[in-house]
Amino acid sequence: MSGTILALELSYWQQSVLRSVAVLAAVLLPAGTFVYLFLFKMMSFMQSRLGPNEAGPYGSLQLLAEVGKFLQKEDIVPAKADRKLFFIAPYIVVASVLLVYVAIPFGPDAFFADLDTGIFYILAVSSISIIGVLVAGWASANKYSLMGGLRAAGQLIAYELPMVLAVIGVCIQAGSLNMFDIIRAQAEGEIFGFGALGNPFILTQLVGFAIFMVATQAELTQPPFDMPVAESELVTGYMTEYSGLRFLLFFIGEFASAGAFAIIASTLFLGGYYLPGLDMDANYMNIVGPLVVLGKMMVVGFLIFWARFTYPRFREDQLQSFAWTVLIPIALVNIFATMVLKVVF
Amino acid sequence: MTAALDREQARYVAAQAADARINFEIETEGMTLNLGPQHPATHGTLRVVAKLDAEQVISAEPIAGYMHRGYEKLSEVRTYPQVTTLVNRIDWLGSFANEVPFILAAERLMDVEAPPRAQWIRTALFEMSRIANLVLFAGDTALQLGGQTAAFYGFRDREYVLNQIEAVTGGRFHPNFDRIGGLKDDLPKGWIADTKLAMEKVRGFCDEIDELVTGNEIFQARTRGIGVIPGDVAMSYGLSGANLRGSGVDFDLRRDAPSGMVHPELDWTVHTHPDGDCFSRWWIRIQEIREASLMVDQCLDGLPSGPIMAKVPRIIKVPAGEAYVQTENPLGAMGYYVVSKGDLGPFRLKIRSASFNNVSILPWVLRGVYVPDIVSILASLYFILGDIDR
Repeated sequence: MSGTILALELSYWQQSVLRSVAVLAAVLLPAGTFVYLFLFKMMSFMQSRLGPNEAGPYGSLQLLAEVGKFLQKEDIVPAKADRKLFFIAPYIVVASVLLVYVAIPFGPDAFFADLDTGIFYILAVSSISIIGVLVAGWASANKYSLMGGLRAAGQLIAYELPMVLAVIGVCIQAGSLNMFDIIRAQAEGEIFGFGALGNPFILTQLVGFAIFMVATQAELTQPPFDMPVAESELVTGYMTEYSGLRFLLFFIGEFASAGAFAIIASTLFLGGYYLPGLDMDANYMNIVGPLVVLGKMMVVGFLIFWARFTYPRFREDQLQSFAWTVLIPIALVNIFATMVLKVVF
Repeated sequence: MTAALDREQARYVAAQAADARINFEIETEGMTLNLGPQHPATHGTLRVVAKLDAEQVISAEPIAGYMHRGYEKLSEVRTYPQVTTLVNRIDWLGSFANEVPFILAAERLMDVEAPPRAQWIRTALFEMSRIANLVLFAGDTALQLGGQTAAFYGFRDREYVLNQIEAVTGGRFHPNFDRIGGLKDDLPKGWIADTKLAMEKVRGFCDEIDELVTGNEIFQARTRGIGVIPGDVAMSYGLSGANLRGSGVDFDLRRDAPSGMVHPELDWTVHTHPDGDCFSRWWIRIQEIREASLMVDQCLDGLPSGPIMAKVPRIIKVPAGEAYVQTENPLGAMGYYVVSKGDLGPFRLKIRSASFNNVSILPWVLRGVYVPDIVSILASLYFILGDIDR
């Protein structure tokens, strides 16, 4: 398998190295952008605070300062903690995010792996982070952490289902599980015979998009679904005992997966790297495509963080009943309607 | 020993063992969770020992006293004017309101009355410190439930009020401005117009918080029907202020037992809410911010001219006697029982403040709730740790 990137013929191993470096960049870049742009700047603007202004122009170096601060901190392990599991947990969370990026297309040749069951793979590996969170909560030997970990397990499993069901509608409409085919179906689709804009699935799968975004919010354990961390009652739950680099890894994992889910949402519902007017098979899309994906990711990310800053937190039982009695039935109805319409049209 | 007794005893032991085994099989293992003394939901050094069955609270016991400060004893070795510096610090969020009942008690003993202008300014500052306190309550309650934004709005609007209090008293946290027989100074120039602007902003805050928090479905789901305290229970535990009115009891010291301030001459309403849950307590306090801002406006409009100090001797000696004065402070009824033997300082001072009763109802109200509800109940009952551990 060899491809052409930037008009360069690359051999297999060269591509592999390039992709390995790129996947790291693909994880850290959205995480950093989200933290700086949304967590620092947008949040302080919305909450009428000053926000970072001192470090660098417009506080742009604040992120580096924060990372430096975390790296300096002492690495504390509770005496009764299960040391091995305690060490492994943050890496499981980050690894799950890294694996998600593998199947995301950024351009006709700018991808890490072209999997026939791409979206199935993505949903499967994204749920690995549950294990990381649960392990972190268990291994900390702390009651708050344990409760946080158990709550996280319950919540993440509950919201996995509506998320998968929301994606099924897209898969039915595109007729494929392959991420490229899903994008192509949106690019070449028509809205009642009008094909200039393609057919981004957000138009036909609006219910699915809404459910997907709600489930995303829950999978990211962000407000209003931040039960597992619940800083006012569980004092940050499963992260309570983590400090320094390990806390930073959880933090990166959280924001990188926010970026990952934003990219998945923009691929499934907003047309991925396709933009009307661009030739989606042309070679320049390997450069333009990632930028388009990044732009769409920012739009979706804005929605995620907007909800994060605005809503108060659910209670554990309310959160569960919301998933099982509201989201899942609606998602099932959505699938049924999609199937009927697929047969009719 | 007869054989019959032995048999009976053996049967009893067997029954006990069977019971124990069944209990062991059915019951889940309880867990004790310490909330505090350092915990974000306890606003300070309060400790709540909660026994949990999974996420449900079986019993909860508040333990106070981690920051005991002994103000009642300290005031016995201070002169009357010096005591205000201490009592300022009791409820540190609305500090001016703490001074007022003590000064009123001393005035009652000395049989002096502050001139009208001093009374009107005193009322205005009293209500402003109520706003400064309750605005932060609104933000903090939302923060406890996970809504960050409202908390910062609360801090922002508290600034407007604190700036005005600072402009007239010179202190933001500890004004120490009240004097026996009046006030320390008159209002500075331009203060009235600035304060009216600040009150306008406070009312804007109330509208904002109504849209952001009160109308929010999740907030309502987290507070409606949670931590219900019926009116009679609230009375028997001695709750006061918004906690009592939130249980449907129509009682407000400003209206029902006014003392030394001009509340009876102002046009305002006492709000009550019949539900007695967390939401009703929240709703009452938001209404009280609005009412207080309107009251301050009226105080400034109706401000009479004249002196701000009555004629009192330079060195204050309070005649022997006893006086108890309580006022409707931001947290609820706050009373000072002053016993004087005719010295420079009080012979004995007993302070009654609202927070201690607000906390003492916790074992009753926390039984059977979920862990996340502990937070919303603690936030809605609203106490200040300095107010408990005097």
